[in-house]
Parts: sequence; structure tokens; C-alpha cells
Amino acid sequence: MSDLPKVALVTGGSRGIGRAVTERLAADGFETWFTYVSRPEEAEKVVAGIEEKGGKARAFKLDSGDRDAIAAFFKEEIKGKAELEVLVNNAGITRDGLLMRMKDEDWDRVLQINLTGCFAFQREAAKLMSKQRRGRIVNITSVVGQMGNAGQANYCAAKAGLIGLTKSTARELAARGVTVNAVAPGFIQTDMTSELPEQAVEAMLTQIPLKRLGESDDIAAAVSYLAGPGGGYVTGQVLAVNGGMYM
Amino acid sequence: MSDVASKVKDIIVDQLGVSADEVVEGAAFVEDLGADSLDLTELIMAMEEEFDLEIDDEQAQKILKVKDAIEFIEKNQ
Repeated sequence: MSDLPKVALVTGGSRGIGRAVTERLAADGFETWFTYVSRPEEAEKVVAGIEEKGGKARAFKLDSGDRDAIAAFFKEEIKGKAELEVLVNNAGITRDGLLMRMKDEDWDRVLQINLTGCFAFQREAAKLMSKQRRGRIVNITSVVGQMGNAGQANYCAAKAGLIGLTKSTARELAARGVTVNAVAPGFIQTDMTSELPEQAVEAMLTQIPLKRLGESDDIAAAVSYLAGPGGGYVTGQVLAVNGGMYM
Repeated sequence: MSDVASKVKDIIVDQLGVSADEVVEGAAFVEDLGADSLDLTELIMAMEEEFDLEIDDEQAQKILKVKDAIEFIEKNQ
């Protein structure tokens, strides 16, 4: 075995679900690296929080929409310098609007970040994990990628696409001991949902059998399972963590 | 053995996990050396990296035996 650090890489790890996943994987014992785009001060806080608890973390400013930058990042920072044990594709954006009014740029940007970015990260990770004969990839999709959502045609298309990407990659890499799964969160309590009017939240809750919003930690626990020793025989799956809102 | 040939054989040994004496020039990757499609892809990528060249898919499909790989690289380097 090499003495390179065993790294879990999380895209979009400075806030929301990505932050919870980053912190959880660090607590699980991985050296945890994550990417962020805006708010470097938030990224620094995440690193400091992990280090305080005795873990190791690094933050990288990297745009998931930039394929060249992603390839360069793997070449310069990871190849030969770390064993990439886990990749969590979490980075995502929304540009909501009804289909008839949706602008090309809003369609393109969401597909670029939420789907093409995941492809680019996976392609680079696959080269390393395939050689290692070991690795776990977890893609964060969404309940709306499974059931659709008015006003989010771009986001839902990207998230549904991610499920196809997950299953294909799972089949390709299975022979190398690499598992690829998706986690599909339902409505999760984040900055975004906390700003919604009470009525909107009430309306959401009527759709959720467990009658509450999920927590970022619920998603982190699912990722931890798929990335950890207990998840080794699971591949090509979509693990729904949605309070039962879609079955 | 040429420099290219010995480097190519090293790559094959490394990628396919076979012993060096199995890697004769007439050996076919799939039939003789037990490579699957993923192995072949990785082999091509390793050669691209080592020799700093690009092997497109059409060309790659013609590289079936050890000697095909050596000849291709000697010609295109």
C-alpha cells in the first residue's frame, strides 16, 4: 500500500448538503477535499471546523462548468499525490422558470454544471480508480429528477441524466471494483428552503409521508453508507432519501 | 529490442498484469493476454501518455497484437 493520503473529494462542499457530506466523510476518517466557487470564507470555515475535530481537509476553488479546469485539477493536485477513494458529485445550481419562458442560457448553464460537470469529474476519477482497482462514486441527484417538477425542466433533465450516467458508469467500472451510485434527496432544509414562505413549506409537507423536511445530515448519512465499508456490494442504485415523497 | 518495443512491453506487463515472457510480439491482447475492453482502453491511454501521442478510436481498434502497438508507435512518434 502506498502512503499517499486517502482522499474523498466532494464538489460544492462549502455549504448546504455538500458541506454536511464533506464534514461527515471527514468524520468517517477520510482526508476530505472539496471544491467551491463563491464565498471562500465559508470554505475556510469548513476546513477549520474539520481540523478542529482532528480531521484533514482542503478547499479548492474550481468551477464545475469548466472541463479543462477539472482535468487540470486532477493532473496537478490528485494524480500521484493522493489515492482518490471517494468522489461525491454534489455541485449544482438552479435557474428555474417555466419551459415556454426558459432562456437558452439558463438551460445550458444548468446542464453544464449539473450534468456535464459530473461527467468531467467522473471521467477523471474513473482513470485513477480503475487503476487503483478501488473507489466509490456517489452522485447527488434529486427527487425531481425522478418525478419531474414544474418550473425546473432544466434542473430535472440534468438530474435525470445524472441517473443514466450513474448506471452506465456503474456497469463500466464494476469490473474494476469501483461502485457508482446516486443519492436522490427530497426537500431538504437548506438556505434555499428556509427562505420559502410558510405556505409553500406547508404545501410541500402535504406531499411528504414523514411530514417533515429532511436535514442535510440525512443525505450525508446516505453518502457515508455508500462510500463506506458497508456499501461495497451496492452499485448502480438510486438511494432515495425523501421522507417517502416519491416511492 | 528497440527502445519503443521494450517500453511498450513494460506498459503491457503493468496494465494487464501478465508476465514479461508472455508478451511476445505475436501475442493478441484479448485472446492470448486475457484483456477485456476496459483493459484495452487503459492500455491505449497508457501508451498515449508514455509516448505523448494521440491514438484515435479507429486506429486503436486495429491494435490487436503486441506488434501492432509497437509498429503504430514507431510510425507515429
